[in-house]
Amino acid sequence: MDFGLTADQQMLAETARQVLSVEAPPRTVRRIADDPQGFSPELNRKIAEQGWFGLLVPESHGGLGLGMLDAAVILAELGRSLAPVPFLSSGVLATSLLLAAGSTPQKKAWLPRLASGEAFATVAWLEESERLDATGIALRARRARDRLRLSGAKRFVVDAQQADLLLVAVRTGSGTGPAGVTLVLVPRDTPGVSVVPLPSIDRTRRFFEVSFDDVAIAPSQVLGAEGKAWRHLEALLDVASVAIAAESQGGAERALEMAVEYSKVREQFGRPVGSFQAVKHMAAECVALVEPSRSLVWYAAWAQQEIPKDAARAASMAKARLSDVYSRVANVAVQMHGGIGFTWEHDMHFWFKRAKQSETWFGEPAWHRERVARASGW
Amino acid sequence: MDLSFSKEDEEYRREVRAWLRKNLPKRADDDEGGELTVADPERIARAKAWQRKLFDAGYVAIGWPKEHGGQGAGIVRQAILNEEMVLARAPAPIGMMGVQMLGPTLIALGTPEQKERFLPPILTADELWCQGYSEPGSGSDLASLKTRAEVDGDFFVVNGQKVWTSTAQFADWMFCLVRTDPQAPKHKGISYLLIDMRSPGITVRPLVQMTGQAGFNEVFFDNVRVPRKNLVGRLNEGWLVANATLSHERNMLASTTRTQQLMSDLLRLAKRRSRHGVSVLRDPVARQRLADLQIRVESMKYHSLKQLSDGIHGRSAGIGASVNKLVTTELNHDICAAALEILGSHAGLSRTSPHVEDRGVWPIDWMFTLGMIIGGGTSQIQKNIIAERGLGMPRGA
Ligand SMILES: Cc1cc2nc3c(=O)[nH]c(=O)nc-3n(C[C@H](O)[C@H](O)[C@H](O)COP(=O)(O)OP(=O)(O)OC[C@H]3O[C@@H](n4cnc5c(N)ncnc54)[C@H](O)[C@@H]3O)c2cc1C
Repeated sequence: MDFGLTADQQMLAETARQVLSVEAPPRTVRRIADDPQGFSPELNRKIAEQGWFGLLVPESHGGLGLGMLDAAVILAELGRSLAPVPFLSSGVLATSLLLAAGSTPQKKAWLPRLASGEAFATVAWLEESERLDATGIALRARRARDRLRLSGAKRFVVDAQQADLLLVAVRTGSGTGPAGVTLVLVPRDTPGVSVVPLPSIDRTRRFFEVSFDDVAIAPSQVLGAEGKAWRHLEALLDVASVAIAAESQGGAERALEMAVEYSKVREQFGRPVGSFQAVKHMAAECVALVEPSRSLVWYAAWAQQEIPKDAARAASMAKARLSDVYSRVANVAVQMHGGIGFTWEHDMHFWFKRAKQSETWFGEPAWHRERVARASGW
Repeated sequence: MDLSFSKEDEEYRREVRAWLRKNLPKRADDDEGGELTVADPERIARAKAWQRKLFDAGYVAIGWPKEHGGQGAGIVRQAILNEEMVLARAPAPIGMMGVQMLGPTLIALGTPEQKERFLPPILTADELWCQGYSEPGSGSDLASLKTRAEVDGDFFVVNGQKVWTSTAQFADWMFCLVRTDPQAPKHKGISYLLIDMRSPGITVRPLVQMTGQAGFNEVFFDNVRVPRKNLVGRLNEGWLVANATLSHERNMLASTTRTQQLMSDLLRLAKRRSRHGVSVLRDPVARQRLADLQIRVESMKYHSLKQLSDGIHGRSAGIGASVNKLVTTELNHDICAAALEILGSHAGLSRTSPHVEDRGVWPIDWMFTLGMIIGGGTSQIQKNIIAERGLGMPRGA
């Protein structure tokens, strides 16, 4: 037994921090945040060179064949830097889903391209109801001879503007339960697909509404077995929860560091504001939130790989906790900056907004706590 | 990351579990909450017998080196033993201040004679220890302490007063901070002495705590003679030794075993109680609160595994002990507060009341856990340490 990162994982973290500090320093993040498109092909290429997009892809499909804890290491670094790259959307969520549900030809067709960063994919799951149970999948695909025909919309599709492929959750059977949920692969340039931005407070992560106007789906585009996809989405919820928690851990650590650095140089009353005890205690309380939560994230990531029976509970514990922790720490970090922290010009607000966006996405903390309660048999 | 256990370790777990099942004392009469404050002779005798039994079975201080009576056990065995103790709801050994605070300090900094003389009875609970740090004028500002020790031949002569000294009323020995050089700057004139509580000139006056139990004491020293060989570390360098003990203390107070035990007791309570006609576990607000506590408890559980692993790999704990102390003591108190809320008007009923739940431990533990937020360095002091030593924020103000 050994609780912690391996030497390789520590190296991965160091390399990632180094690469991101060079390729995605705050001014680059800000430039992309100001960009109407909200992404940078050049930055994506730099990240692709690192091989991260193929981190979860097996070596046989051109990836690194690593696991969720390795992904969590990268996600924490991306959460620190806020680099707007489609790692979570394509490298983690879409890749996990393709791996779990895809047929061999589907994997062959897409995984190598996703791994190399030549193409990106994203998952279109949420709808107006935002329900995270099977009933939330209400977008119906009608059968018309050997095709499915899709009309309706998905919300909060992350990075859809740069995705080549959409993995869309639809309902093919009758009813509203788990049976009849199907995943389909829809290239974004398919006629009838439109992608409309959902401008939000977090400019470093873009959400879109994706609409389908009588889009035809061939049998080869159905991911795995028709009507049987719910269990894959349920597992994906755990992956998403851990991924967002890992990002949040990194973000909280960075926000706190920035605030502490600032408190050492900003002077009032003739001395650094960091020498005031009220300020010290705010920072120390953040340490008390951030330090133990890192271990929770690592455990949750590990559970996805190695402890399937605890994977759901662990993921929800991490998502609930890190949502609370990140939002709190980012709030304190803004306060420790005083007025400058409230400006558009200072970078602090990027973390503050990301924290809130992440807290509410893929299940707010209360929803995850309830899930923990159920998973604990209460 | 590797959370799997070897065959041998699984075997060890089965052994511990079987042993505990067979040997666990009946708790019903014994558990008054606030476990470190036991103050009646029969209860003490029973608690000593329990530690002795644990020791004979090889379940005390298993992380200590073999030559000092431990087993040199690695983190895995320690974690397994802890977990099984929690699952069995086994009481902790009574001599925790010796086992967890003084013992490790002596192993690191004591003379060979001191180790030989003092370690064995710590393990067997034949000698219980108390901690003589705080004084009426020196609490958070511990280094301002005034209890004086003057050298007289082969002895120190100690005069002064300690206060809030837990278990001094029945402890056999005290590890004690005294001022040996009043001229030196405050951190540089302190020494660390081991004092026999039966020495002439010592008066112990119990102080009743808010729980109603006499858990801590005033201790007066009137020309108490302490052999020079009972000095730990060098003369006037006691502050270093004291700090070694303090970080052990913070980790002891931050025991995740205790926290997990409290949490599982809380869940048992929640399972059998209802409020306003709804069973607690069906109430969405209660579920939220319980889940939040559970998540914080688990987070500390994994964090303690991480810290144990860090220790094995020689990674420094930094201010980890302060974070643990701060987080765990407040978490323990929150768990108890949740229990009182579940109990409603029954919450305050004492042990002797009819209709009392869980033998009245919840209100006692609720108070006791607040005491632990203050003892061992208050939460505010821990925050100062975290900010200044951990984050490098400027001193002053
Ligand atoms: C149940 C219990 C058991 C104990 N057992 C022992 C024992 O066995 N042996 C022993 O030696 N001692 C023991 N203590 C004493 C304990 O260590 C002290 O009470 C503690 O260190 C605080 O000191 P004080 O009581 O003098 O409070 P003070 O230091 O007077 O503190 C009063 C308030 O001021 C705050 N404060 C003080 N200084 C600062 C600062 N620099 N910055 C911010 N806030 C500050 C404190 O946080 C607190 O809120 C025990 C205490 C309790 C409650």
